[in-house]
Amino acid sequence: MHLNDEEKAMLAGAMGEPVRWAVEQQITVGQFFDAEDFVGVSQVHLMADTESLGEAGVAFLERLSGVSETERRVRVPTVTDPRGIDFTAYKRLKQEDSWAALERRAIDAFTAMGILMTDTCINYQTILPPTFGEHVAFGDTGSTIYANSVCGARSNFEGGPAALAAALTGRVPRYGCHLDRGRRAGMRFTVSDRPRTLSDWGALGGVVGRHCGSYWTIPAIEGIEGAPTSDELKHFGAALASYGSVPLFHMTGVTPEAPDLPSVCDGTPPEPVVLDRGDVEAFYDSFASHDDKVDVVVFAAPQLSLIEMQTLAGLIEGRRVHAECALLVATSPEIKAACDRMGLTGTLEAAGAVVLEGVCFYQMYARETGIANGWTRLMSNSAKLVNIIAGYGYEPMLATMEQCVDAAVAGRAGS
Amino acid sequence: MSERRYQGHAGVGATVTGTALVAADDFSARYDLDRIKGVFSRPAHMLRGESYVGRILVLNTAKGGVATAWMLYEMAARKMAPAALVLNTANPIMAQGAAFAGMALIDRFDTDITAVIESGDEATVDPASGLVMVRPRDGGS
Repeated sequence: MHLNDEEKAMLAGAMGEPVRWAVEQQITVGQFFDAEDFVGVSQVHLMADTESLGEAGVAFLERLSGVSETERRVRVPTVTDPRGIDFTAYKRLKQEDSWAALERRAIDAFTAMGILMTDTCINYQTILPPTFGEHVAFGDTGSTIYANSVCGARSNFEGGPAALAAALTGRVPRYGCHLDRGRRAGMRFTVSDRPRTLSDWGALGGVVGRHCGSYWTIPAIEGIEGAPTSDELKHFGAALASYGSVPLFHMTGVTPEAPDLPSVCDGTPPEPVVLDRGDVEAFYDSFASHDDKVDVVVFAAPQLSLIEMQTLAGLIEGRRVHAECALLVATSPEIKAACDRMGLTGTLEAAGAVVLEGVCFYQMYARETGIANGWTRLMSNSAKLVNIIAGYGYEPMLATMEQCVDAAVAGRAGS
Repeated sequence: MSERRYQGHAGVGATVTGTALVAADDFSARYDLDRIKGVFSRPAHMLRGESYVGRILVLNTAKGGVATAWMLYEMAARKMAPAALVLNTANPIMAQGAAFAGMALIDRFDTDITAVIESGDEATVDPASGLVMVRPRDGGS
């Protein structure tokens, strides 16, 4: 891997131990993927919830940030993915003080490094949307696939330590989605029925993701007439990335690199996989059936936009969450503040919902929180969440936002 | 006991020998594992209930999100991690996580690696050369 003089100096430790550690990690990964050199990035999105970090990860961050300010500062604007604790709500959720203490230590370390605690996975909607062709280092699968696909920016999945390394060096190894050849479509899907709801878009993303073989199989989707909304593509992309580990999709006539199929395919396009309404319905049916008690309804993964918050508030206004069911809503601190100001938080909380900021359900000790509250049967309109959460001991159900609200009020599904 | 050798791409980490745990299934530390108990917990996973601690984990590809990049380090610190990852196809998260945790990782073989190694086989993973050397379990062929 070619290193320029600055990168050689980083590796020699001339810029301090954090930068030396960072560039060494990046060279290891770059060589693994045959990267020829580095490419500069203009912003970093860092996933680092304390459930993933654990005591060992937080102690690592404290060591890294315990050097002089000059050596520990990030080189490019760096924002954070959702955290593990909402300090204003964790006691209501029967979460433990020790988790909050670990979270505070992590925040102190990040802040000392100059990292902005945005605590959001929808930074592309709320903080600084990347631009076409911009090289970035994004650290959530949903934010990465949105940046690559909808914005036409360029990022690989940069997991927590890799995104932190990118923040410290201001660059990433140039492979995968940073290269033109890493963005070519390898599978083709024709959609015959346009999804109708956000959960339909997520289900379609899940169906496509289940077909894609790996990170390196980029899908091209045809048949979507007219531009979907940002929230629709958010749910589609988040599910596609979750089920398929796919960092990029092309949607002909919709996403900027795909005015047509030949623009994203080399040679003769592959034969299409045709997807219809039956595929989406079968996807819903692959989760728990809607015929029993619901313990918790969760809106999260990705965090809700202001428009989703307004829609949800409109659906539940004047109703009441069942006494034996919980309704959790996760959004970003920016959107939460807007909801507070606009009265949406008040509407939701008056109905018995718990509005969480700066967290996402699966990143906030979901297993232990579920046990503490007696939650097993979980319903969500997020195809991504229902994919993740089964491993945490839940029986997930996928439903529309309207069905989720009805279930939260009735305390059971299918009523 | 004959030894079989499988060539992959040069990998990450130091050479390690251990007992293989194999499935034609995918891998995410967040989605698939109970990291406290050290077992696969995802109901639909082919290895559900199996302990992965100290095993040479042989699986198809990386699936799911980014959390594995932190989690391998945390698991290794508690001595509750696999000894190595051997995958048909790694994604960036697996490489980043292995690099951070100092865990052995090899991928990109010229055969389906999950079809030629069996659970219980003894495997040596040499990331520098990209080689996996396999000796059948006692009584195997």
